[in-house]
Formats: sequence, structure tokens, C-alpha cells
Amino acid sequence: MTLRFDKLGVVIAAIVAYAAFLAPFATFRANRIVPGQARPILDALPPALGMLLLAIVVVGAIIALLRSPLIPRLAASVIALAALAMLIGTSGSFLTPAGNTFARVAPASGFWLLIFAFTLLLADVLTRLELAPWARVGVLAVAALAVGALLVSGSWDSLSILKEYASRADSFWAEGSKHITLALGSLAAAVVVGLPLGILCHRVDKLRAGVLNVLNIIQTIPSIALFGLLIAPLGWLAVHVPGAAAIGIRGIGTAPAFVALFLYSLLPVVANTVVGLAGVPRAANDAARGMGMTDRQRLFDVEFPLAFPVILTGIRIVLVQNIGLATIAALIGGGGFGVFVFQGVGQTAMDLVLLGALPTVALAFAAAIILDAVIEMTSTKRRADPA
Amino acid sequence: MKAWLPALLRLALLVLLVVFIASPALFEPLLKPLTENGAPAIYNQGSLLTLTLLHLRTVLIATVAATIVAVALAILVTRPAGAEFLPLSRSLVNIGQTFPPVAVLALAVPAVGFGEKPTLIALFLYGLLPIFENALTALTTLPGNVMEAARGAGMTGWQRLVKVELPLSAPVILGGIRLSVVISLATATIGSTVAAKTLGEVIIAGLISNNLAFVLQGGLIVAALAVLIYDGLSAIERYAARRMGREMQ
Repeated sequence: MTLRFDKLGVVIAAIVAYAAFLAPFATFRANRIVPGQARPILDALPPALGMLLLAIVVVGAIIALLRSPLIPRLAASVIALAALAMLIGTSGSFLTPAGNTFARVAPASGFWLLIFAFTLLLADVLTRLELAPWARVGVLAVAALAVGALLVSGSWDSLSILKEYASRADSFWAEGSKHITLALGSLAAAVVVGLPLGILCHRVDKLRAGVLNVLNIIQTIPSIALFGLLIAPLGWLAVHVPGAAAIGIRGIGTAPAFVALFLYSLLPVVANTVVGLAGVPRAANDAARGMGMTDRQRLFDVEFPLAFPVILTGIRIVLVQNIGLATIAALIGGGGFGVFVFQGVGQTAMDLVLLGALPTVALAFAAAIILDAVIEMTSTKRRADPA
Repeated sequence: MKAWLPALLRLALLVLLVVFIASPALFEPLLKPLTENGAPAIYNQGSLLTLTLLHLRTVLIATVAATIVAVALAILVTRPAGAEFLPLSRSLVNIGQTFPPVAVLALAVPAVGFGEKPTLIALFLYGLLPIFENALTALTTLPGNVMEAARGAGMTGWQRLVKVELPLSAPVILGGIRLSVVISLATATIGSTVAAKTLGEVIIAGLISNNLAFVLQGGLIVAALAVLIYDGLSAIERYAARRMGREMQ
């Protein structure tokens, strides 16, 4: 009998072999900025747990390597990821000398590669399972709950990123809420302005090219420059328009960041509204006209519902992009998770960078999955029920 | 007269850009009102020309690397041998797009140090996605009758790829490269937060010293480059599409 290997499994097994046996699992540093010492799995964990983790990842890699059915592959990836997540915390407390508050233990390349390999396996299984949209959101919720439980249980508290968090817990949540306010608020403003503008562009041919060109040009201005350029006009407004300063308009800070994100958000919203409305079948419009619908009824009862999935796709692009761009706001004093990223880069403290970057990535990722699911639900519902 | 107006505008923009980069001192009176307390109006910690060239070089290297890898990957997953990877590569591309550039940049620093390298990595990763997506779309939506004809004419798999599939996909792949270049031109400025020599340096110097003239000149040079390169690549794309007889929307 010849063994047949799974092609993706070969890639995963190669990564796991390198990560588990050659790469360091954790880094130990005497304080937060000195260079670290690498520790392989067996040195980073108590012997029994180290052997257990090695066994789990090796078995997981073999399951991935062979052409096994989906359920064992799913189980292998979930068990390996869970074991990695729990044991990196154990490694933190195992490596930190008792009572030493300066020592820092951080996950090292081997850990991240193992996470990557098994996430790849999990992603492959989930893709092949072709989950329904609500099921994908469910998987996301379970993963978020698991990470949340690990965070609350304190098993990661001895890791360096959470030590950075512990010394900034208050500002972390303050910057986090600013980040979300910036991303969601500018999206809301862009939808409120962009939808009518898109409808107008759809109806008035002359307007369309001009508006879309201007919005396209705005996209070419680099984000840090646009944020900077808005400082002056908003500063002027704050000084010269009565009441402007009272509602939070200032030259530096959140206001220019908000306006910049709003300007970047307009193009996808307007362009997708125009594309969505243009894609409404002529027959649907003719039928609506034949039934004696007014322009207004046609817009709200026919065109808009049919164009909705396309418009939603624009909103998804904007939301994911805004969550990422909001990190730049920190450069002009606008707050957000970018504060930690840029502070960390300035102090070459990578744990601090991670403290800002990981929540940003997680937020953008969650937003993408949820909106993709919503888009799929709205477009399949329409296809299944043509009423 | 309408037909030549856009071309004339572009030409004017190009001339303006070249003159500005070559001898920015000519424009000092224009930018002076934006400065305060007698601060310099023209970036004086390095030549704008050098920074522009370095900026373009960074974008070029990253885009060439991204194009090679993305097209190779797209070819791989559309062959029978790599078909297993197709669904996964689609989801990976989707996931990859959710990573903010600042995060990629900052996380690359511990691995490769400060300077140009983390910027190249971030631009490379960011540039991959649009090119891969477009290459995949192009290679999976080739007209079936053309592929049948190529097979019927006795072409080998390699010949079909090089003589039929790639030339037919070229316009759509070029569209992906164009998107990727425009994104990279803007993203490269963020590279200056980790000490890469790009036009972002000018903008950041302006932000730090509260000098609006710096922010404006840095931002406008990048925007003008993006507009001109976007138009140039669109023209090449239209040419390629005409040669392939594919209609562009």
C-alpha cells in the first residue's frame, strides 16, 4: 500500500517540524528592553508538559500530512491551538523567577509558527466545510470567547504583552474606545453622506464622473499627509467659528483624524452605491414603472433592496480599512491603538507594539468575517426568494 | 477639444511635479504663508529628488517581488497539481487584507530591524493581495472555447500557459498591479515611521515641527506620483486589452 500525502499537509508538517524542534518557543529577557534568550519547547516548559505539547503538535502534523477526513483534521487543529494557547501562559510563569517583576517572557518565533501552521490547517478545514454564514460568525464567537476566557482566567498574566497591558490598563480601554469610535463614527458619517451622494450620482450622469474623480484623487493622498493637512483648516475653524471648539473641533486630536477617515470612506460607499444601482435589472425597473410606482417608491422598494449587497460590500471595505487606518491617528494626537504601536516603535519595545497591533488586527478580522457573513446572507436570501 | 484636455492636464501635472522636485526653491514664496515663526518652507534635511527616487525604488522593488510571487501562486493554484490549494488561498487572501499596514510594519521591525526592510516587507505583503486576486480571476475566467482550441491544436500545458493563458490574462493582471502600486505609493510614506527613506520623512518632519508646508509638499508629491502612475498603467492596460481583443469596462 502506498501512502498518499495531503499537499497542504506537507507544508504544515514542514513548518511544524521546524517550529517545534529548531525554533525557540519563548524568549526570556531580564527586563523589557534587553535582547532576549531563546528557549526551545523542552526548556520553556516543565518536562512533562513540554513532552505533552511536542506529542500534540507532532500527532497534529501527522494527521495533517495524511489524507485524513475533515473531522480529525478539525480536532487536531483545535486541540493543538488550544494546547499552544494554554501552555504559552504556563511557560510564562515557569520561566519567570519567583518574585521577579522585571523579567519578561514573550512568545518566540517557534510559537508563532506553530500557531500559523495550525491556523492554516483550521482555515483549510473551515473553508472545505463550506459553513453557512451564521455558522462562521458562531465559530468566530466561540474563538473570541475562548481567548476572552484565557485572558480573564489570568493564565497569560505572566506574558510580557499582558505586563505591558497591566501597567496601562486604563489607557488601553480609553484608546480602544477612541479607536472604535473613530472607525465606526467615520463610517456612519460616510454612509449618511455617501448614500445620497451615490444615488444622486446614479441619477445625474454629469455629476458622476466629477464626483468619483475627486474621491479617487483623495484616495491617492497618503494617510499621514491627509491627517496632517486637516490640522490647519480645523484649527482655523476652532478659533474663528463660535461653538466649533465646544463640539470638539480642534486642530490636532480626534477631529482631523475623523475627517480624514470620513474622506477616505466616501469613495467605496459612493462608488459601490453607483455600481449597485447601475446593476439593477432594467426589467425590474420597467415592471415597477408599469405598476405605477413613483420615483421615490421605486428607489426604496425596488432599486435600493436590489443594490443592497453591493453597497454592503463597500461598507465592509470601509470598515476594515478604517480600523487599520485609525492607527495612524496616533501620529496627530488622535488616540487609538496606534498610540501603543508608535510608542513601542519609539522605545523598541515590541510587546508594546503587539499590545496595539493585536487588538487592531483582531478587530479588523472580526469585522471582515461578520460583514462577509451579512453580505452572503442578504444576497442568498434574495436569490432564494425572488419576490 | 475635449479629447486632449485630460492629456494636457496630465502633462501639466507632470511638468509641475518634475520642476518642483528638481528645484523646489522656485516654489518657496507659494509655500511660505503656510509656515510660522520663519520656519523653512522647503524641506531642508535632504533633497526632495533623492527622497522621491528612493520612494519610487522602494515601491518598484516591492511591486516587482509581489508581482512575481502573486502571479506564480495564481498559476500554481490554477494547475491541476495545485488545485487543492485554491479554496485555502482564496480565504488566506481575504484574511491577509484585514491586516493593517501599520501593524505589519511595526511587527516586521523586530525581525529585520529599522529602515527600508520592514517597509519592503509591508509593501510586498500588501501588494500581493490585489495582484493575486486579479490573476486568479483572470486565469479562472478564460473563455472555454479558446482553451479547447489550444488543447485541440496540440499545445502542451506549458505552451498553453505561456502563449494563451498569460497573454489573455495580462490586462486583468495589470489592473491588479496598478491597484497595488497606488496603494504602495501611499503606504510607503508610513514606512518613514520606522526610519525608511521615503517621502514620508518630509511629512513626518512637518507633523513633528508643526510645519504645514512640509506636510503639504510631501503629500502632494506622493499624490501626483500616484495619479500619473495610475494613468500611465491604465494606458498600458488599455493597450494590452486592445491587443488581446478583450473589452475593458
